[in-house]
Amino acid sequence: MSNPVAAPSLRAAFARLRPAGVVALVVVLAILVAAVWPGLIAPGDPLAIAPTDALAPPSLAHLFGTDESGRDIFTRVVHGTAPSVGIGLAATGIGIGAGLVLGFASGLGPKALDAALGRVIEVLFALPTLVMALLLVAVMGPGTGAAVLAIGAATAPGYARILRARVRAVAGSGYVEYARLEGTRRTRVFLRHIAPNTLWPLVGVATLGIGQAIVWVSALSFLGFGTLPPSPEWGAMLNAGRVYISTAWWMTIFPGLAIVVTATALTVLGRTAAGGGRR
Amino acid sequence: MTGRPALEIRGLTVALPGTGDVLRDVDLTVAAGECLAVVGESGAGKSVLARTLLGLTQDDRHARVIARTFEVAGRDVRTLPRRDWRALRGVDVSLVLQDALQSLDPLRTTEAEVGETLAIRRVPAHERRTRVLEALHAAGLPDAAARLRQRSDDLSGGMRQRVLIASALVGGAPLLVADEPTTALDSTVAARILDLLGRLRDEGRSLVLITHDLDVVARVADRVAVLDQGRIVETGPVAEVLGSARHVVTRALIAAAPHGPKATAPAGPGPELITARDLVRRYRAPGGGSVAAVDGVGVSVHAGETVGIVGESGSGKSTLARLLVGAERPDEGTVSTSAPPPRIRLIPQDPFATFDPRWTVGRILRTSTRTADTPEALLAQVGLAADLVRRRPATLSGGQRQRVAIARALAADPDLLICDEPVSALDVTTQAGILDLLVRLQADRGLAVVFISHDLAVVRKVSDRVIVMRDGRIVEEGATERVFAAPEHPFTRELIRAGGGG
Amino acid sequence: MRIARWALARIGSALLVVWVVTTIVFFALRASGDPLEAILGGPGSQAGEEAVAVARETYGLDQPLLWQYLLLLGRVGTLQLGDSYARRQPVIDLIAAQLPSTLLLATLALALAWALALCGAIIARTSRGPAGRAVTASLRGAEIVATVMPQFWLGAVLILVFASTLGVLPATSSGADPAGLVLPVVTLAIPIAGFLAQIMRDSLAEADAAPFAVTARARGASDTRLLLHHTLRHASLPALALSGWAYGSLLSGAVVVETLFARPGLGRLLIDGAMQRDVPLVIGAVVVVALVYVVVLVIGDALELLVDPRLRRRTRTIVRQADVAVGA
Repeated sequence: MSNPVAAPSLRAAFARLRPAGVVALVVVLAILVAAVWPGLIAPGDPLAIAPTDALAPPSLAHLFGTDESGRDIFTRVVHGTAPSVGIGLAATGIGIGAGLVLGFASGLGPKALDAALGRVIEVLFALPTLVMALLLVAVMGPGTGAAVLAIGAATAPGYARILRARVRAVAGSGYVEYARLEGTRRTRVFLRHIAPNTLWPLVGVATLGIGQAIVWVSALSFLGFGTLPPSPEWGAMLNAGRVYISTAWWMTIFPGLAIVVTATALTVLGRTAAGGGRR
Repeated sequence: MTGRPALEIRGLTVALPGTGDVLRDVDLTVAAGECLAVVGESGAGKSVLARTLLGLTQDDRHARVIARTFEVAGRDVRTLPRRDWRALRGVDVSLVLQDALQSLDPLRTTEAEVGETLAIRRVPAHERRTRVLEALHAAGLPDAAARLRQRSDDLSGGMRQRVLIASALVGGAPLLVADEPTTALDSTVAARILDLLGRLRDEGRSLVLITHDLDVVARVADRVAVLDQGRIVETGPVAEVLGSARHVVTRALIAAAPHGPKATAPAGPGPELITARDLVRRYRAPGGGSVAAVDGVGVSVHAGETVGIVGESGSGKSTLARLLVGAERPDEGTVSTSAPPPRIRLIPQDPFATFDPRWTVGRILRTSTRTADTPEALLAQVGLAADLVRRRPATLSGGQRQRVAIARALAADPDLLICDEPVSALDVTTQAGILDLLVRLQADRGLAVVFISHDLAVVRKVSDRVIVMRDGRIVEEGATERVFAAPEHPFTRELIRAGGGG
Repeated sequence: MRIARWALARIGSALLVVWVVTTIVFFALRASGDPLEAILGGPGSQAGEEAVAVARETYGLDQPLLWQYLLLLGRVGTLQLGDSYARRQPVIDLIAAQLPSTLLLATLALALAWALALCGAIIARTSRGPAGRAVTASLRGAEIVATVMPQFWLGAVLILVFASTLGVLPATSSGADPAGLVLPVVTLAIPIAGFLAQIMRDSLAEADAAPFAVTARARGASDTRLLLHHTLRHASLPALALSGWAYGSLLSGAVVVETLFARPGLGRLLIDGAMQRDVPLVIGAVVVVALVYVVVLVIGDALELLVDPRLRRRTRTIVRQADVAVGA
C-alpha cells in the first residue's frame, strides 16, 4: 500500500517552477495574448489579398513573407493562434471528458467492468492516433469539427488509461483505506480524497496534452482533412505551403515554427507542473 | 599481516557538496583479525564512512576527503588515484551491503555477481568458478553449485546476504566492511549471519561492522566506536563501552535500546473487548494453490491490557492485525466484540501512507476527531508542538509522523489500539520515545492495545501478554515474563536466543 | 504453461483489436448520416444502380441493425475486406502491395531511433564537468523538442535543407533506394528517438543509484564496466517494453511522412482512401495496421523475455514510465 505521487497545492506547484518552466510560462502567456487579442501584435487583416505581392520572401514589410495570394504570413500566423490553439483545446476537452468518464467508471466500478473496460482502453490506446483519427474522418467527412472530434476520440484512450491507473492507485492507497476503516462514507471518501488526488495531477497532463493535440490537429489539416483555407489555422497554412516548399519556404517554416514553439512551451509547462521535472 | 593494523585512520574529515561536513576528525584503528563495530543512529555518517573506506566517496569530484593518516592494508590511500583504488577494491578491502533485493544485480546470475571481482582482473573462467564455489561455501550457502545459475530473486533474504558476503570474500580481501548486514533480516536468520561473520573474524580477517543495533555489536564485535553527527565520541572494547559508557550519546543509545520487562504493572484485565476464534485467511500463492496467512488463530483482548504478537516475516501477524481491525474479512472463523462495540483504531507501520498527501496535520486531526479536543490539544498529548498543525506530513520526521498517527487515533477516543510494527522503521532513541508514549497513554486512559512486532525486546517492553506466531499459527502464548523466563516451544527459545530479550 | 497463457493473451488481443475497430467503424458510419453514401464514396458519388444493390447486399443494409453489425464483424474477422470502391480492386491486394514499403520505413526508423537514443543516453551519462553539464542540458532540451516536433514540419525543414538547398538527397522517393530512404527514415525516427532517449536516461540514472551499482564498484568495476555489464541492460528494459507502442506511433507517423515525401505505402493508401471516403479500403488499412501492431508486440515480448529473465516466471512488474508523455 504505497502512496501515489503526492499532489501538492497550486502554490507549491508554482514554487517548483524552474527557469525552463518560467520561460515556458512566459511563452504560453504570450501565446494567450496572441489568441485573445491578435490585433495587438499584428494589426492587419489576415485574409487580405494582394496578388502583386504574392510569394514575397521575408522582409521588413512582411516579417514572415507572403503566401501565394499575397497575404502577409506574419499576420496570418498571429491571427491563426486562436483557431489553432482553440482547436487543440477543444480536442483535449473531448479527450479528457471521455477519459474521465471511462477512467472513473473503470477505476471505481465493479471488478468486471474494470476488467472489460481496462482491456478495451489498452487496445484503443495502442492504436496509432493518426490512424484512428483518419478512420473517423474518413467515415465522417473532412472539416474542422470532424478533425476536433477525431483527435478528441483518438486521444481519449490515453487519458482514460492514465486516469484509470491513477484512480486505482488512489482508491487502493493507505489513506483511502484508513478513511474507510474510520467509517467514512463512500461519497465522502470520493469527494475528499479520490477526486482531488486524481484531478489535480491532471492539470499537468492536460497542459501537455493541449500541445500534443495542436500538433495532431495541424497534422490532419496538413493532410487536407482539417480546417480548409483560407483560414489562418497553422495546419492549413502548412498544407497550402506544401506545393511551394522549394520556392517559398517561408510559407511552411513559420507556421510550423509557431506550432513547435507552442507545443514545446505547453509540454515543458505541463511536465514541470506534473512532476517537478526529471533529472 | 601480523602486527600491522588492517585499517588505520587519523583525523578523517569528509565533506559532501550540499551537505557540508559529514565526518569530522574521525580516528579508527582495526587490528588484524579484529572486528570493530561502528555504531550510530541514522544521519550519523555511517554509510558515508563505509563508502569512504572503499574509496567510493573519493570518486566524486566534488567530495572533499582529507586525513592525517589513512592506511588500508598498510597502504597510504590519502591521495590514491581512482584507478589504483579500483585495483584495491575487492582484493585488499571489500564491502558487504545490507540485503536489499537490489544489492545484487537482479539480471545477473549468482556466479556472475560473485565472480565479478575476479572477472575484472581477468582470472580465467574455470579458475573463477572454483574460487566462486569456495567463497559460497565459506559463506555457508547450502547447495552452492545449484545456486550458480540462479538470480537474486530466486533466493531468500538470508541466502542473498550470504551471496553478498561470498562476493566480498572471493578476492581474498583481508579487510571486510559490512554496512548494516543484518538489518533487513529476520532475527533467527540474522543470528546465523552474525555467527558467520564471527567465524570469518576468527579465521583471521578484519571486520568493520557498521550498525545501529547494539545487540549486533555485543554478539560479534571486539571493539566498538560510537559515531554521532560525524564525530567519534567514544571508543573501546565492547564490554567496557557497553558496560560502563562514558559519553552521554553512548549512554543514551544504551538506555534507549529496549530491554527488560514492562515498566508499569499490568492492571487487572478488564472486560473482554474483542475475541477472535479460529480465524483463517488464505491468499493465492504465486506458484498456484493457496497459502494460509492465518491458519486457525484465536485471540481475545481485554480492556486495559496490552497483548503483544511477535513473529518473523510471513508469520501472519500483520494479516491478523488487519483481520482484527476489519480491513479484511476472514475466510473462516469469527471476530466478535463486546456490546457496545469498542472503537478500534490502527497505528500502522508506515503512517505516511495513511495520510492524504494534500492535507495538513491540522486537517488530518480535525477529520478524525470524535471528541471536543482541538488538534493542538491532541498534539500536546503526544508530545508535539502545536505549530505542527499547519505542516504537511511530508515535511515531518519519521518519529513525528508516528506521533501524529497516534494523535489521530486518540482523536477518535478509542477503546482499542492495534499497532502494526509501529516503531520498526525508527531510530532506537525515537523508538524508545514512542514506546514510552504508548505505555503512558495506556496507563492514563485504560486503553487496550494489541502490539505487533518482529522485535522481541520491543514486545517485551510494552506487553502484559505475548503471543508467538509462526507460519500462520500460534506456537506459544502467556504472560510476557513467564514466556521469557521459561519458554516452552522450541521456536520461542530460538527467537529469544537470536537476541531479543536484552 | 506460461507460454500457452501468453500466446492466448496475444491472440485475444488481436481479436479484441479487430472487434473494437469494427465497432467504432460501425457506429461512426451510423453517426455520419447515410451509411450507404459513405460506403459508396461520400456525398456526390456517382454510384450506379448496380453498385448500390451490391453494397446493400454485402452490408445487409436492409436488415435489422444487429444483423448488420454481426455481418460486418464476420466479414472483418475473416478478413473479407471487400473491394475498394474507388479503385475497384480487392482491398487485400491493395494493402498487400503497399504494406512492405511502410514496414521497411517503420522498422528502419525504429532501429535508428534506438541507436540515437542509446548514444544520447550514454553521452548524457558520461559527460562530466561544466562542458558536460552543457551537453546534458542541451540533450535534454533536444529530447523535448524532438518529441513535440510535428513530423510534417521536421520533414519539410529537412527537405528544404538537404534537397532544395544542398541538393544532396532527393525530396521524393520510392522503393528501397538508400539515398531516398534517408530523409523519410530520419524524419520518422526523431520523435521516437527523443522519447526513447528520455526513458533510457531516466532508467540509467535509476540504475546508477541502485545498491547493485555500489556493490559492483566495490568490486573494482570501472565506469565503463558498470555501464556495459550492468546499467545498460537495466536501462534498456523500459525502452524495450515501450518499443511496441513506439512502433505503433511510427506507423502513425508513416502516414504523414509518406505523404510528405510522396512515397507509396500503407499511409498513402489510408490518406487516399480517407480523402475519397473509400470506407472498405480505410477499414482494411486500419485493421491491418492494428494487426501489425499486435505482431510487433509479440516480438517485443519475446525480446523482453530474452533480456530480463525475471519475466519468465513472474508477471510483468516493469512500471511503464513516461506515462505523461505517452498518454498525450
